[in-house]
Amino acid sequence: MYVAVKGGERAIENAHRLLAHERRGDRDVAEISLAQISGQLSLGVDRVMTEGSLYDRELAALAIKQARGDLIEAIFLVRAFRATLPRFGATEPVDTGTMQVRRRISSTFKDIPGGQVLGPTFDYTHRLLDPQLAEGSAPEAPVAAEPLAAMPRVTDILGRDGLIEASPQTDDGAPVGDLTREPLSFPADRDLRLQNLARADEGFLLALGYSTQRGYGRSHPFAGEIRFGEVEVEFFAEDAGFTVPLGAIAMTECQMVNQFKGSATEAPCFTRGYGLAFGQSERKTMSMALVDRSLRARELSEEIKAPAQDEEFVMSHSDNVQATGFVEHLKLPHYVDFQSELGLLRKLRAEFFEAAASAEPLQEAAE
Amino acid sequence: MVTETAMQARRKAAMTVLAHSDAAGIAECLGAIAVPAHEHLREPENGLVMVRGRIGGDGAPFNLGEATVSRAAVRLATGEVGFGYTLGRDLEKARMIALCDAMVQSHELADAVEANVLAPLRSSMLASRERQAAQAAATRVDFYTMVRGGG
Repeated sequence: MYVAVKGGERAIENAHRLLAHERRGDRDVAEISLAQISGQLSLGVDRVMTEGSLYDRELAALAIKQARGDLIEAIFLVRAFRATLPRFGATEPVDTGTMQVRRRISSTFKDIPGGQVLGPTFDYTHRLLDPQLAEGSAPEAPVAAEPLAAMPRVTDILGRDGLIEASPQTDDGAPVGDLTREPLSFPADRDLRLQNLARADEGFLLALGYSTQRGYGRSHPFAGEIRFGEVEVEFFAEDAGFTVPLGAIAMTECQMVNQFKGSATEAPCFTRGYGLAFGQSERKTMSMALVDRSLRARELSEEIKAPAQDEEFVMSHSDNVQATGFVEHLKLPHYVDFQSELGLLRKLRAEFFEAAASAEPLQEAAE
Repeated sequence: MVTETAMQARRKAAMTVLAHSDAAGIAECLGAIAVPAHEHLREPENGLVMVRGRIGGDGAPFNLGEATVSRAAVRLATGEVGFGYTLGRDLEKARMIALCDAMVQSHELADAVEANVLAPLRSSMLASRERQAAQAAATRVDFYTMVRGGG
């Protein structure tokens, strides 16, 4: 039986007013601006853009402010916003090889052409809290006189000698899977898997990537290259009749180089996993590349026995908006469901005690 | 007479500079020239594009995620049609890009747009790129080998 319940409107309205009041915090402290969030909490903004699957720094900053810093709530807000705008089409695929690099490292080759460029990184910091930051600071950026040289991708260098597998190719104009348009079905191709992983929760991918390192679907990875910087984006504009530039997007790319495969007909070569995300999202792209590689188990004829190799398990649980929706819906009213469970439990308990009571005299007799 | 290919390359180069500039900068430069009479062919509007990457950086395309964009189209009284596309939700910026694109195609206006709008915006775009590259270059590792033993 379905029982409609009404009421609580005033409580809800006041709860939202109280939320707005708490969000503002101490009135004697200046209100935080979107420019401050975008500029000074920039890695949080990058994460919201990546998992919200929408590149727009200002919107991501607004979402973080509205969500009081709860990044999954902010991602939820961004996802909901994207449904309000029409889609003009898809861009030309970006060329990460022409990135204006702000950071680029390889853990496989010390002397890569273009060099190791550390950029703004937490690596090699001592992870000691800095009390000076609490006081405010105005640090100056270092500047080098010598410009950066061209930076070919490490995988391109390995590829020239045939030491690494080539990336899979398709014909121009072949359809590209889009999970925002078609529901997921399995088995899923790599384009769909990468789209899913790009939107996936960073913590979930981190744990799965870690699990492969600990032996649950081991793939012997090396961070062939990680690069972060601006990439030009172009779009074929039908009205203009040619491909127009849209500007640049900040992105992080991770090329994982993994243990080789080979066969009677193919010389052994390294295999690869790939990660790509908006902004400076290094942990995300590294985890993504590990999981991309482990999800290729079927294609590479590896035994599928670990969670990170199971595409249905990974892709069905990677989205934190879906996950939080289902977990958090448990706090919405389930009064009627619960009443029927309660009724059933009372009946079962009554039967149990009845049976116990009628069994007791027999037991005594037996003694 | 400019060939169609050369004109398209010129328009794309101008659009690149404009897309990289902020609306306030473009507006300031446009203030220096007499903007010709024009009408909106497409009212400025916001939308999304699906940004694509390539598997492995150089392989088959996949959908990475969307980005906000703005677009507009204008027609000068003299007939030139210009299109404006840019990342972000700044409608006025899209409108100004469309206007500049139309003027770039006009024999009479192209030089003025180049001198007063594109040239200054291009040099500030290049300067900011160079500044960023110089900052990154300062973090490039110079390896040296420790000499062992010695004598």
